[in-house]
Amino acid sequence: MTTFFKTSVAAIALMASASLANADCGIEKGSVRILSNDFTALRVIADWAEKCATGSVTVTRNQTQEHKNIQTPALTTNPASYTVAMVASNSIVPLLNDDLIRPLDDLVAKYGQQLNDSQKIVVDGKIMAIAFMANSQQLFYRDDILAEHGLTPPTTYAEFFAAAEKLRAAGVMATPVSSNFKPGWNVAAEFVNTYLGTGADFFAPGTAALALDHDAAVEVLDNMKTMTEYMSADWATYDSNAQKPVWEAGEAALSIAWGSIAGSYIAEDNPSPEIAKHTSFAAAPTIGDHGIPAVALWWDGFTIAKNISDEDAEASFRAMMNGISGDMLAENQEAAVWLIDGYEPSKTSAGVLANLQGGARPYPMLPYMGLLHTALGDNLAEFLQGKESADQALADTAAAYNTAAKEAGFLN
Amino acid sequence: MKHKTFMAFIWPSLLAMILFIALPIVSVGYQSLFIEHEQVLKEAKNCGPFGCTTSVSVDAEAMNALREEQPAGRYNGLGTYANGSHLAFDEITEIFASSQNFGEIRTRIMNLPFYKALIFTLAYTFIVTPLVIILGFIIAIVVNSIPKALKGPVIFFSLLPMLVTPLVGSLVLFWMIDSRGVIGALLQALFQDPSLSLKASPTLTWITLFVYGVWHSAPFAFVVFYAGLQTVPQDTLESAMVDGASRWERVRFVTIPYLMPLATFIALMQLMDNFRVFEPIIGFSAAANATTLSYLIYNDLRAAESPLFGSAAATSMLTIVGVIILLLPVLRRNWRDFNRKA
Repeated sequence: MTTFFKTSVAAIALMASASLANADCGIEKGSVRILSNDFTALRVIADWAEKCATGSVTVTRNQTQEHKNIQTPALTTNPASYTVAMVASNSIVPLLNDDLIRPLDDLVAKYGQQLNDSQKIVVDGKIMAIAFMANSQQLFYRDDILAEHGLTPPTTYAEFFAAAEKLRAAGVMATPVSSNFKPGWNVAAEFVNTYLGTGADFFAPGTAALALDHDAAVEVLDNMKTMTEYMSADWATYDSNAQKPVWEAGEAALSIAWGSIAGSYIAEDNPSPEIAKHTSFAAAPTIGDHGIPAVALWWDGFTIAKNISDEDAEASFRAMMNGISGDMLAENQEAAVWLIDGYEPSKTSAGVLANLQGGARPYPMLPYMGLLHTALGDNLAEFLQGKESADQALADTAAAYNTAAKEAGFLN
Repeated sequence: MKHKTFMAFIWPSLLAMILFIALPIVSVGYQSLFIEHEQVLKEAKNCGPFGCTTSVSVDAEAMNALREEQPAGRYNGLGTYANGSHLAFDEITEIFASSQNFGEIRTRIMNLPFYKALIFTLAYTFIVTPLVIILGFIIAIVVNSIPKALKGPVIFFSLLPMLVTPLVGSLVLFWMIDSRGVIGALLQALFQDPSLSLKASPTLTWITLFVYGVWHSAPFAFVVFYAGLQTVPQDTLESAMVDGASRWERVRFVTIPYLMPLATFIALMQLMDNFRVFEPIIGFSAAANATTLSYLIYNDLRAAESPLFGSAAATSMLTIVGVIILLLPVLRRNWRDFNRKA
């Protein structure tokens, strides 16, 4: 009897969860094909979008770090291989440049009542993407070590270096600082972060002509070089993933790293629970007397492909609305710094939110920003290694950018 | 063999080579002559979660019209080859005009991305290739002289470095030389220098990459030489022994001359392979200290959000030219030998 009772309860529970799993998104028919980067928050959204799958609605996904390289060719075909491309501040640009995504105004009017105005990415008067989370780098610090040495979390780089110096002098750690300084995308992102903190702009307004403020750029480079002096000698090989084990080994106490991985640093299954317990987050330090957190703000969002049927576009939009619904949020408050209504900040989001409140500036969503980012990534390492001057590094960057921008048709 | 019979045998592979090698190269060459259309930009108010700004975006419709008209892009002739990211003719003229001495000229040319990559690529090619041949030969001689029962396992283990995928192999070594890895920690202990890092200094990174290259390719030379050793005429070796030749003299005067054509073959293969070195740069995260031509191509295609096809195509063509120049002496020698025999 009890066995029968248990099985029937289990069966009913299963049926209930099955019907729950297939939330009624109101979609009649269509195919939803999602392409996105691969991290927790995006996986959760895809899970919830998949709940819209029914007999006549199929939802498939491809979540890969290669998304940026796949998206342009995949959305160029007609019909496009994917109906939804999840993008960030930078990866939306090639889709806009090549006219591969559709304006969402109609769909937003019909099905997007849940959206805040701040979630709508408007380009030239048209809604081209829906943002759902914010991301930025931030300060990670070991509250136990700082407190032990009478230090407060640094708010400026001057304090940051003073703290690092003190920890080194006290013999706590030889290299208390860690950050993503690997040549290429990572080191360029650090330059962009810090440069935005000076308040200066990258380009002459309205054109693709590079117009770095020389003094600000040199200040930024010097700041980065000072950082390398407090970092492991292997800094040139550390990207975002590589510095996590360094942190977990207790070899760093101050780190500038991505907000989106903050959760994994303090997760319950972290291999170093003692360190995880004492890992805290704050706004990125400000540089000089500019008073702006030296960090770029990013958003993550989704776009709908242009080369697909209207039916699939509607199905995709509605499935994604379920993906970023309040119900999803209720279960995944900690997964990201959500821009969705009803979000309640937690410990992991402290840094990103503090950056926002501190007036940090967004990563420029310009068609030629990617070219500058690449040029920076290829030309800063030699300066940081002490092999060439800051002027030379900036001149090399400008030369590389100008060559690339000419080839891409932005400059003559 | 009659020409007709020869053609009957060769045409399937000839067709495959034209389809999968020749045509793609032609298309890459064609691509290298073009650059992107001039971008039509427009300024508009753009909004997002962090506020609104007036900023520039590409006028996609206008661009589509341009692309429809000329899908390959704007014709640029050999402009891409000459620009600062490739052969950099203008920059070099400028460097010669404004530099004080030879040292400065060298430093400034080495700072140009193409030449920086070229110099490492050449260094890698010319250091790794001879070492691979020598090491492969030594392993082959040693393996050939060990007892039969041990040969199987020894050959298997000697081949392992070649069987491992290059990227995986370099990643394995990369973690071993980490300061927490077996080799890295051992070196620190040996030299009693806790700050010693094989990844930090350019010289040590270069040496690491060379060592990796030899480690990875030596088995190839070994297999070829080992096969050759099985065919060394025993009677010549025996008569050398009768004449009182020592073991070393037998190797020097019988085995090496006999295996010389094989060495040429390995040199040919290795020059080609090493000139295209790529995976270890990624695997060792070595881009700060060493770049190669193949890495430049990869970077053009992968680093930015929109790939620079023209630039990548130009570097590819230059790499092909480089391989041809490298192989010319070896090929000429082969051709002469062939003529002499005929």
